[in-house]
Amino acid sequence: MQAYIIRRLLALVPTLLFTSIIVFGSMRLIPGDVIDLMLAQNDISTGQDRAKIEAALGLDQPIYIQYFDWAAGVIQGDFGRSLWKNTPVSQQLAERLPITFELGFLALLVALSVALPIGILSAMRQDTAADYIARSFSLLMLAIPAFWLGTLVMVFPSVWWRWSPALEYTPFFVDPIANLSHMIVPAVLLGLSISAVTMRMTRTMMLEVMRQDYIRTARAKGLTERLLVVRHALRNGLIPIVTLVGLQAPLLIGGTVILEQIFVVPGMGMMLLDAVSQRDYPVISGVFLVVGVAILLINLIVDLSYGLLDPKVRHQ
Amino acid sequence: MSEALLSISDLSVSFRTDRGRVQAVDSVSLHVDAGETLAIVGESGSGKSVTALSILQLLGDNGSIDRGSIRFDGTNLIDLSPEGIRDIRGDRIAMIFQEPMSSLNPVLTIGKQVAEPVWLHRKMSWKDAYAQAGELLARVSIPDATARLNDYPHQFSGGMRQRVMIAMALACQPRLIIADEPTTALDVTVQAQILALLKELTREFDAALILITHDLGVVARYADRVSVMYAGRIVETAAALPLYKTPQHPYTQGLMASIPGLDGISGQRLKSIDGQPPDLAQLPAGCAFAPRCEHAHARCIQDSPSLDIVATDHLRACHGYD
Amino acid sequence: MSDTVPTTVTPLPALPPARSPLALFFVKLFRDKPLGAVGGVIFVIFLLAGVFADVLAPYGMNETNLAVRLQSPSVEFPMGTDHLGRDVWSRILIGGQISMLVGFLAAGLATIVSIVIGLVSGYFGGKVDMLIQRMVDAWMTFPDLVLLIVVISVVGPGIPQIVIVLGLLYGIAGSRIVRGSVISVQENMYVHAAQSIGARTVYILWYHILPNIMPVVIVLFTTRIGAVILAEAGLSFLGLGVPPPAPTWGSMLSGTGRTYMYLGPWLALAPGLCLTIVVYAINIFGDALRDLLDPRMRGSQ
Repeated sequence: MQAYIIRRLLALVPTLLFTSIIVFGSMRLIPGDVIDLMLAQNDISTGQDRAKIEAALGLDQPIYIQYFDWAAGVIQGDFGRSLWKNTPVSQQLAERLPITFELGFLALLVALSVALPIGILSAMRQDTAADYIARSFSLLMLAIPAFWLGTLVMVFPSVWWRWSPALEYTPFFVDPIANLSHMIVPAVLLGLSISAVTMRMTRTMMLEVMRQDYIRTARAKGLTERLLVVRHALRNGLIPIVTLVGLQAPLLIGGTVILEQIFVVPGMGMMLLDAVSQRDYPVISGVFLVVGVAILLINLIVDLSYGLLDPKVRHQ
Repeated sequence: MSEALLSISDLSVSFRTDRGRVQAVDSVSLHVDAGETLAIVGESGSGKSVTALSILQLLGDNGSIDRGSIRFDGTNLIDLSPEGIRDIRGDRIAMIFQEPMSSLNPVLTIGKQVAEPVWLHRKMSWKDAYAQAGELLARVSIPDATARLNDYPHQFSGGMRQRVMIAMALACQPRLIIADEPTTALDVTVQAQILALLKELTREFDAALILITHDLGVVARYADRVSVMYAGRIVETAAALPLYKTPQHPYTQGLMASIPGLDGISGQRLKSIDGQPPDLAQLPAGCAFAPRCEHAHARCIQDSPSLDIVATDHLRACHGYD
Repeated sequence: MSDTVPTTVTPLPALPPARSPLALFFVKLFRDKPLGAVGGVIFVIFLLAGVFADVLAPYGMNETNLAVRLQSPSVEFPMGTDHLGRDVWSRILIGGQISMLVGFLAAGLATIVSIVIGLVSGYFGGKVDMLIQRMVDAWMTFPDLVLLIVVISVVGPGIPQIVIVLGLLYGIAGSRIVRGSVISVQENMYVHAAQSIGARTVYILWYHILPNIMPVVIVLFTTRIGAVILAEAGLSFLGLGVPPPAPTWGSMLSGTGRTYMYLGPWLALAPGLCLTIVVYAINIFGDALRDLLDPRMRGSQ
């Protein structure tokens, strides 16, 4: 088990390295004239000139030095300063990250509570009408853009029933009810759009499990179908489903960007979009990096939980 | 003659496949008396496993029993409701499968799996069921049985896993045990041990045993009676000794002749049966063995032979040859 | 003495007249996978509508007419008009043209990129493979949309940029699937045979491996189209897609239009519905295609 953990952590290193290179590299794609644009746009009271901006972005150094400087800074928690607000990026990140996390978490709960039961049921009743309906529904959900659903939810209830979702954010610890009633609509929408993929994967996993020999053995012992599923199939199916949840992390975070925009949730997604419209590159790269690292961490946690759930791994 | 413990009459099973309906078992009739060991012998695809699976209705979605009856202790198993057959499974009739590697649930402890039939059918508490499981494991010669109850299948070797399967099968003291090629996936050295154990335990628990195998050596040592299957049909049924000494069906004769004997002359070619086993999706109208039979004549190609008595307790499905 | 077995030779059925594999494929599609066939047909309709949008659109995409602003759907304006009096139907058609254009170009580029990376990684294996896969891992850690946003923020919007960025993004992500297929094709003896007679690598890749991964590639291409169209719509919804005045379906749903949707709810329906239908159609078509060409791929997505 320990060997497993260590191996997983070691495997993380090259991926982490490449991830940071991708983030770093993306910022270096900025064509020169964009700096001029920034100069024109950010002509704020500090009166920055080109050299200053270049220094701020570290562009005046050889590239590998730039990378190490940047990486060293990041490890110590220094993500640079926002060009727009001149505040540390890390401060903004610390404010926004929990909010996006809350949205993602709620959405995941919604997705799992929809996708898991339907996926399992769909597998148990393979090729029946219920199965086809479930699969068609999930295919449909894959096609519906989340932003359209969000727009519809904003527009039509307002037109028909004069009702709008709450659009003002309240921190959870200040007023949990207000917080949840604000977050619930985007969370449900995001969860539903994720649930499609999750449902399909759950179904495939369960079908795989039910095909196994040990299910036949258990049936030969006289177990009811329900006991079969609960005692035998689910325990085995749960393991890949955990991985599956981990795989949804990128989808979830990507989805929060759009939904935060529509429902005015002040999370990292909005931070990113605001920064893009302001060409605030330190902020953009800060969010980019945090997103990447967060997903890597989630994958790590998923991998490690594998070790807890699968006895074969536990006893290695 | 008292009624047989298990009596299969005119059983026919077919499967839905991409290539249409395949007749896996065709008009099979056989019986097992209490306490005796019946071996069902045949090549892959002969229908022996399907016959066994039909007894406990474990065929899966694609298979269906077209006709026939399977009478066990007075009841036709085919007529039973799902609850009814579930009551019988694991309790009065138990089954042991071929692949010990994959037939045990990898994420449950051995103790849980062996205790399960007793807990389920005897309504015991888990504690009592566990205690019983420990005794069973000791009975199948697993060292340090009580401690090993908490181990997982991957911590056992193939032979040990099969012992576990045997323990699981015996848990509720069934009247009939069906063993589907229990040793095929095991090392040769282990095979003998497992079979001896199985035979000893079935004798001790006074259970009948249906032993499905393609290994004629196994049959000779352990079976009281033998049914030979080919292409989904029974071609010969007899007590073990007469089958070996005087096989009556050309297929059985071919099988017996192809076993290398220790007294054979070295350098001599092994006799084999010409031809290939038939494609079950395209069986010929007459005797299924006719294309490969050196005695085949016109009637064999047209008519499918039925099982006839050729000697005491010796049945054969053949139009004869002389 | 036994009789010899009379061998009755039933004459083989006459070979059916040779039909092109393409015709056979269509027959199978419509017969075995009717839903997929319907999806394919719907998609083709949208495709043709997009190609001939200029001809089919009664009005220009930016033809403003303040006198008829915010009219609900009617005979003259089948999908109503927006806040500037523009005919929504015409805008939808032109938007469809853009979606199809970007969709095919980007999906095509993505497929080529996937093939190149997948071939190199899968065929050469070893350290090259490990290195490439680590990079792909890192790449795929990021959510599609976040990657797109960041890169577009750097290179700026515009059709060529969007096509290239989408193509690269989905190309790298899809390379995994191609790699898997290359690896399984490689196991086959004819590859070993070709290698043993000293055939050059490029030759083997082109004549042996590529044709055999074609089923996978074709399915990949079809599924990429749907993904790309959705991604581009998301980007233009956020204002980062094909820039105005292009009437992309995504931008038609975006915030600027949204204020007027309260007054004209039909404005919210058409673009989203079109997106959903197109993507749904091509998804079920892609599913059916995959089932027909290579059922083993099921569950690999």
